[in-house]
Amino acid sequence: MTHYSWFSVFSKALSGNKGWDRAWRDPEPKAAYDVIIVGGGGHGLATAYYLAKEHGITNVAVLEKGWLGGGNTGRNTTIIRSNYMIDGNTHFYEKSLQLWEGLSKDLNYNAMVSHRQIYNLFHSPSQKEAFAKRYNIMRSCGIDGEILDRNEVMKELPYLDYSPNARFPVYGAAKQPRAGTARHDAVAWGYARGADMRGVDLIQNCEVTGFQRDASGAVVGVETTRGAIKAKKVGIAVAGHTTQVAEMAGLSLPIESHLLQAFVSEPYKPLIDTVITFGAGHFYISQSDKGGLVFGGDLDGYNSFAQRGNFHLIDHLLPEGKAMIPCLSRLRFQRTWGGIMDMTMDGSPIICKSPVEGLYINGGWCYGGFKATPGSGWCFAHTIANDRPHEFNAKLTLDRFRRGYAIDEKGAGPMPGWH
Amino acid sequence: MRITCPCCGERDYGEFAIYGDASRQRPHMDDTDFETWYNYVYTRPNPKGRHLEFWHHVQGCRQWLVVERDTVTHEVYGVALARDVVTLPDAPKAKRKGAK
Repeated sequence: MTHYSWFSVFSKALSGNKGWDRAWRDPEPKAAYDVIIVGGGGHGLATAYYLAKEHGITNVAVLEKGWLGGGNTGRNTTIIRSNYMIDGNTHFYEKSLQLWEGLSKDLNYNAMVSHRQIYNLFHSPSQKEAFAKRYNIMRSCGIDGEILDRNEVMKELPYLDYSPNARFPVYGAAKQPRAGTARHDAVAWGYARGADMRGVDLIQNCEVTGFQRDASGAVVGVETTRGAIKAKKVGIAVAGHTTQVAEMAGLSLPIESHLLQAFVSEPYKPLIDTVITFGAGHFYISQSDKGGLVFGGDLDGYNSFAQRGNFHLIDHLLPEGKAMIPCLSRLRFQRTWGGIMDMTMDGSPIICKSPVEGLYINGGWCYGGFKATPGSGWCFAHTIANDRPHEFNAKLTLDRFRRGYAIDEKGAGPMPGWH
Repeated sequence: MRITCPCCGERDYGEFAIYGDASRQRPHMDDTDFETWYNYVYTRPNPKGRHLEFWHHVQGCRQWLVVERDTVTHEVYGVALARDVVTLPDAPKAKRKGAK
């Protein structure tokens, strides 16, 4: 496998860019593996990568029903951050952000991680207090964060609406300087290449159709569209369809599938060199390296497995964007798309052993899965390898609902569509 | 998506607010079984296909409805007034005007 470097790029360029190897193999599935990961998105590939790298477990297969990174990994708005307040989330997302910081070097693959900061605007004194509480908790945990007043925001984000006519005047903003964006496809491809280099088999067009169980009920393998495969341990990382896959093992999970839309405008000159969220509604925006403004907002609200959205949300979202940044009104949409979100009953994810022996669950990512990709894979690999969680995911369990330890950042209660 | 309200006729779904899954029945308030309440509060069938759900016709007649809808195609199969199809195990018997 070619090591990517300045030298390899230069020397291959001189020879007409011929002779580049495939980034990963396309193997036939073996009869048995130590670990099978169901789902070849960012989380599944990261899990396989860290199983091989951190725990030396290389007899691993990643089974993907379509193509690598073709699900929610390819359908998100690429924001990374760690501004979470509730114990259980805070340190987990911070671990993930720390992994993002060295990711390109670690993978020898340019994940285009850009620490371009995030600004959470607030529009009233009470909203400021709520953000100050959240950011103070973060700072007490060693996570960077600042509170800016209106004048400071005016200097840093001059294109917001500061006019007397602003419907929701900007009162200030909370800022996390280390937050930013990353190139979503490159993250999946980098993890895929890194896992493959360490001996992991990445098997595409291979849909899991059932689980093999032994007499005690433990999972000992999977049935797939490319034949049965034995495994000592099976991990599922199929967010969007976690309930569907878990149901094959007889598990009923506290998750509903919902629809989230994302949008991109026509390419535009460099305007937004950061990530901004609107405080008077739910709207977030950044600008891709190609120039398209990438933005999104709330769930459509109803249960859905369709990867397409409805017009009411668009109608609700665009005025929010314009209320925040008036110059957006002249831009045209280029594309909209939808993704299926695993929405849990408290808005926080699940990474744990399942009640079924031999089966491990990584799911319930709500709409925060992309930023968690490295941390999720790292913690899930630790959980599978050691049969117990790392302290970073110890609270992200399936039984937290039963025990009364829900991790509800928004305080919405067991209403998946409201988080 | 369009929902045919039993009172108002066919309307765009934007007039309605969704509340969520309507397939489970709330247990009797005197039921103290932990599993029964855990399942009622936290687990959902989450089907890929036909799904029963509560919608509120907020910008119309303000009636609560039970809608059967497909979660893949978004096709609406049937709509009923919630008061006609939902029974609560411990609801007091309502006296209607004119009832003997």
